[in-house]
Amino acid sequence: MELFINLAINGVAMGMLIFLIASGLTLIFGLMSVLNFAHGGLFAWGAYSGVFFYVLLDNFWLGILLAIVTGILLGWITEFLIVRPVYGNHIRQILITLGFMLVLTEMLKVVFGPNIINAPTPEYLQGSWMIGDITIIKYRAFIIAVGLILFIVMYSVLRYSKVGLVVRAGVMNKEMIQALGVNIKKVFVIVFMVGSALAALGGALFAPSSGAIYAEMGMEFGIFAFIVVIIGGMGSIPGSLLAALLVGMANTFTAYYVPILSMVVTMLIMLVVLIFRPQGLFNVSGVSNK
Amino acid sequence: MSQQPLLNLEKVNTHIDQFHILQNVNFTVKKGELTLLLGRNGAGKTTTLRTIIGLNPPTKGRVMFNGEDISAIPPYKIAKKGIGYVPEDQGIFYDLTVGENMRVAMMKEDDATQKRLESSLELFPDLKKFWKKPGGQLSGGQKQMLSIARAFVNETDLLLIDEPSKGLAPVIVEKVIEAIEKIKEHTTVVLVEQNFYMAKRLGDRFYILDDGLSVHEGYMNELDENEELKRKYLGIG
Repeated sequence: MELFINLAINGVAMGMLIFLIASGLTLIFGLMSVLNFAHGGLFAWGAYSGVFFYVLLDNFWLGILLAIVTGILLGWITEFLIVRPVYGNHIRQILITLGFMLVLTEMLKVVFGPNIINAPTPEYLQGSWMIGDITIIKYRAFIIAVGLILFIVMYSVLRYSKVGLVVRAGVMNKEMIQALGVNIKKVFVIVFMVGSALAALGGALFAPSSGAIYAEMGMEFGIFAFIVVIIGGMGSIPGSLLAALLVGMANTFTAYYVPILSMVVTMLIMLVVLIFRPQGLFNVSGVSNK
Repeated sequence: MSQQPLLNLEKVNTHIDQFHILQNVNFTVKKGELTLLLGRNGAGKTTTLRTIIGLNPPTKGRVMFNGEDISAIPPYKIAKKGIGYVPEDQGIFYDLTVGENMRVAMMKEDDATQKRLESSLELFPDLKKFWKKPGGQLSGGQKQMLSIARAFVNETDLLLIDEPSKGLAPVIVEKVIEAIEKIKEHTTVVLVEQNFYMAKRLGDRFYILDDGLSVHEGYMNELDENEELKRKYLGIG
């Protein structure tokens, strides 16, 4: 039983990490329908800048904050230079953002070097707590707490605030929301920047958890984010959280009991969901490109 | 009633992709009047409204509102100048509740807006009843009421309404007519309508569009008596 609980806690922590990576993409891809394959690059830049500033300033929280700022700036550049000319055209979005992903990855090597970099964990988040035979690793508990807070904030803002209503309405009918006096282009730029900041935050929090970072990590984990958004249902924050937890648990349990399956379990979940619920677990209907 | 034009379209041309939809359309709306845009399907009535609100900006000519050229202004700025728009498809945000649809439309959250919200709900009591129901689950008539109420909730000098009777049962059409009659007391209205009974009940003046050209204008009582005009351009009689 203790083993099961330990695995479940690890699975939840992994799920929360995946949710942190996917949460920004839920806004950009899920809500705005922009196929931003550069999202993984923003995640990697968040990881690198988080580690860089943490080591430079000897302050973990400042590192996180500056990683978010990096994400906001890169998000603005990505939206303005890369995505803005290709809104509404998925093929062009795939091509240009994939290209930009490569640019972001290579730029990491130019700025930080091509080698793997160690990512330290602050002392107060190292080690673990023991409750009976159950081990709770402090950093994983921290990730679970951050993931939950992020979920509550994102869900509440989108569900109950005027800004959230405007974003949801703008996604459903861009023309109508403009005719009601809303500058939807400005709103979408802000959403894109927030989504990018979340990717960078995900990267900065992921780095200490994995212990090391490398330039190609963006490509690897960016795909994870897309899968989670698709499984969860386009534009659904609860859907993304549930999908991330599902993927995290499945990965952890299969890695222990059937290691050979752990590589394909995420794809299998997506396959099953797409066969039986093509709209994803939670569907936000009415999304159009009008 | 002031005769100063509130809206003036001067030789307006609008293209949608390669199609030349509006061709030198001249169109004047006086304050306090309900002006009808009539014509057969494809005549350019909806495009005229979309050109005024900026969703299909003119390629040539000018749209003057309150003496200001709004031809090159984005739709959200035009809306803020006091033009409300009720599109043909009602433009309801399906996943948002009735309350959220109203809230998202409110440009300000001051007392005056709150008062107008209350007036809108008095005009359409059904909306209050279905306040928490998603917009996508409303009937056609309720969607139309929500769309009109949403446009009316802000301080508007001009309300553009596109075919509000389309697809509605006669009893609902009557309700919509009564609502527009009340709205007309406060706001200038441009109404696109194919239902001649509704047009006759509500309209002060009319313009007839044909193939993107404004071919006739006048007062509604004149049109009602002109059988040839009705037959030629509106297919009535």
